[in-house]
Amino acid sequence: MIEGMLTGLSAAISPFNLLMVFIGCFLGTFIGMLPGLGPMSIIAIMIPVAIQLGDPASALILLAGVYYGAIFGGSTSSILINAPGVAGTVASSFDGYPMARAGQAGKALTIAAISSFVGGTIGALLLMIFAPVLSSVAKLFWSAEYFALMVLGLTAIAAFAGKGKVIKAMLMTIFGVMLATVGESALHNAARFTMGIMDLQSGIYFVTLVMGLFALPEAIFLVLDRKRSQAMENNNKIENLRISGSEAKEIAPVVARQSVLGFLIGVLPGAGATMASFLGYGVERNLAPAGEREKFGKGSVRGLAAPETANNAACTGSFVPMLTLGIPGSGTTAILLGALVALSITPGPRMIEEQPEVFWAVIISMYIGNFVLLILNLPLIPYIAKLLTVPRYYLIPFVVFFSLIGAYIGQNNATELLIMVALGCLATLLRFGGYPLPPLIIGFILGGMLEDNLGRAMRKAGGLEFLWERPMTLTIMILALCLLIYPMLRTSQSNHNEPPKTA
Amino acid sequence: MKLSFFKAAAVAGLASLAAMSPMTHAGGHQQLDSIHFLVPGGAGGGWDGTARGTGEVLTRSGLIGNASYENMSGGGGGKAIGYLIENAESNQGTLMVNSTPIVIRSLTKVFPQSFRDLTPIAGTIGDYAALVVKADSDINSFSDLVEIFENDPNELAIAGGSVAGGMDHLVAALAMKSAGADPLAVKYLPFDAGGEAMASLLSGEADALSTGLSEAVGLAEQGEVRILVTTAPDVIDGIPSLKSEGYDAEFVNWRGFFAAPGISDAQRDQYVKVLGDMYNTPEWEEVRARNKWVNIYNPGSDFVQFLEKQEAEIGGLMKELGFL
Repeated sequence: MIEGMLTGLSAAISPFNLLMVFIGCFLGTFIGMLPGLGPMSIIAIMIPVAIQLGDPASALILLAGVYYGAIFGGSTSSILINAPGVAGTVASSFDGYPMARAGQAGKALTIAAISSFVGGTIGALLLMIFAPVLSSVAKLFWSAEYFALMVLGLTAIAAFAGKGKVIKAMLMTIFGVMLATVGESALHNAARFTMGIMDLQSGIYFVTLVMGLFALPEAIFLVLDRKRSQAMENNNKIENLRISGSEAKEIAPVVARQSVLGFLIGVLPGAGATMASFLGYGVERNLAPAGEREKFGKGSVRGLAAPETANNAACTGSFVPMLTLGIPGSGTTAILLGALVALSITPGPRMIEEQPEVFWAVIISMYIGNFVLLILNLPLIPYIAKLLTVPRYYLIPFVVFFSLIGAYIGQNNATELLIMVALGCLATLLRFGGYPLPPLIIGFILGGMLEDNLGRAMRKAGGLEFLWERPMTLTIMILALCLLIYPMLRTSQSNHNEPPKTA
Repeated sequence: MKLSFFKAAAVAGLASLAAMSPMTHAGGHQQLDSIHFLVPGGAGGGWDGTARGTGEVLTRSGLIGNASYENMSGGGGGKAIGYLIENAESNQGTLMVNSTPIVIRSLTKVFPQSFRDLTPIAGTIGDYAALVVKADSDINSFSDLVEIFENDPNELAIAGGSVAGGMDHLVAALAMKSAGADPLAVKYLPFDAGGEAMASLLSGEADALSTGLSEAVGLAEQGEVRILVTTAPDVIDGIPSLKSEGYDAEFVNWRGFFAAPGISDAQRDQYVKVLGDMYNTPEWEEVRARNKWVNIYNPGSDFVQFLEKQEAEIGGLMKELGFL
């Protein structure tokens, strides 16, 4: 193994491969910043280039660089303009965007960059040490456990159930789950709620929904709410990158926990960065002290650090089943796998033994890649953050333009634009009514997976017995319940203890 | 934001440059000026790969001058089919890629049209289906699988990477039916993609997996799974097929090309010829091997007959299973 690592190291630090890491990270970051262009489409574009390289290690290093670069860059559009282009960075907008609105864009981007760096690096470390062992973790999970995991993820919604908003948050979650049922059902081979619109046959496209729900209303509100954007332009703290000592202390344990948790979730095929970021967000909110918990959803540094760490760690984690079992855990790793096969490499248990140089070169390039990303991003943050000082009459057309492009480009289908505008109008109305939108998107993303896994688990077990038949399912379900109930108990307790405050 | 947009353009440029560079050394036996490929799904999918791979070979070998591509997703492929029919006049130079689902989805009325509304050109590549178990499974042959199934169908969960009533499910049902068992009783676990279905098999949730042969071969080589049987007409590399084991069932997941309705016979024959000639080029062998495609050439009227036969078979089975 040591020998393989050394050959891998020498391959990874060859000037050419270093250049590939740099190019991959650079392109990934910048294209990832565009709302709507996720790692999947960028990698698909880059595959012909990678294959021309001929050397499998270089090709994979380049594509991996693009992959985590895109996740890294994806958070920028979430934080600055509330237009997450990738499902994995949706949770970053929950607190990142309020921070940016409050004039802390520079700080938010810095926290995102550092959290991503740590998550990615610890992830790579875990991948190096545990990959061979962890491949068995991916084999432990059945649909029943995935279902329980989705339920656990839904507890993140509690974060938006602030005072008086519990019912509204619940309603939005259910609405999101309902939207997820549009289109073909995996279990019954029938189209549902398409209203005869052919473009809804395969369901509502994620990017269309996010752009319609987040970016469009944002543009509309920028127009409507003159005062708010005016304040923005006068704010000179925007470029300030500094994180205070107390904030660093607050973030550190969050980042440490989420690096490990995110990585483990990433290892599970099908769960990936999105699940990890929501779960991380929910878990950290529940672990936060009562006062800090209130800040979640309004610009909490913990609420930003958690999903940013988790999604990067999960990206690294998703390489475990791909490299060690040959199973793609996500759409992105499926494309990567296709590229590998095209280079006549079959990932799987024998790859570590037969082509150790490829395996280790990729892992070692991940460390290098994370450094490159940090070095690339930190100096640029002040300039990127300045985007918010652009007068709104310039910014709004750009936000609208990129949102429309983002919704169109993935599907090459003009009807997506109409669906997006319809969703945008709906979302604007909902915002006027004070309905929180993040629960809707969580409900939508988790809803689809929730339904499929529930259906499979029930089919496998012949009924609802799956909930208690396997200890692991039961454990996760109990954990989810605890996460829901415990904060409620704590809140009511503190209310009892401090009657003068509430009075 | 502005800066990054130009970067995106630069990447796209770089990518297309890389893809186009080999096209310059074209031979002298050009048969057509150009073909416009219509892909009924997004970039990066199976249809997309087939169209771009075919276009690459045709241009690099000099059989055609140049190829262009258009992705049009929506309606499980129905959007592109509708488009090609409505705009047949202006799409004489267009070939649409499609595969087995065009048969299944027109049967389930996902879209109102069928292959009959288009001009079938040729089936070019295909993949047989396979039934797979974990390497350390007690099930050693297809007849073992049938035995377990006949004892208690609930004891045998079969995973697949398509929806219930989709291709992988139909293959499992077809195999059981050929063994005289009840295809309706198949306990099928549908997954979004083949990879997730494979993970379900390895986790022990599913007892068997219905998947494409080329996908299964890779993992079988790694020693993780064993292929019990294929749906090919004959034994392939020592792997028995349903036919070779004495069960009367065959299935091929084909991919091929369709032209707009109403093109002239001469033009159709020209498309058939250019795709047929493509097989003999070294460029095709290279692209085919890279993608692990299986040559299954099915030109012109043979293709129409094949489609009619497949439609009748699948339609009958789906009726039996209650999906129609």
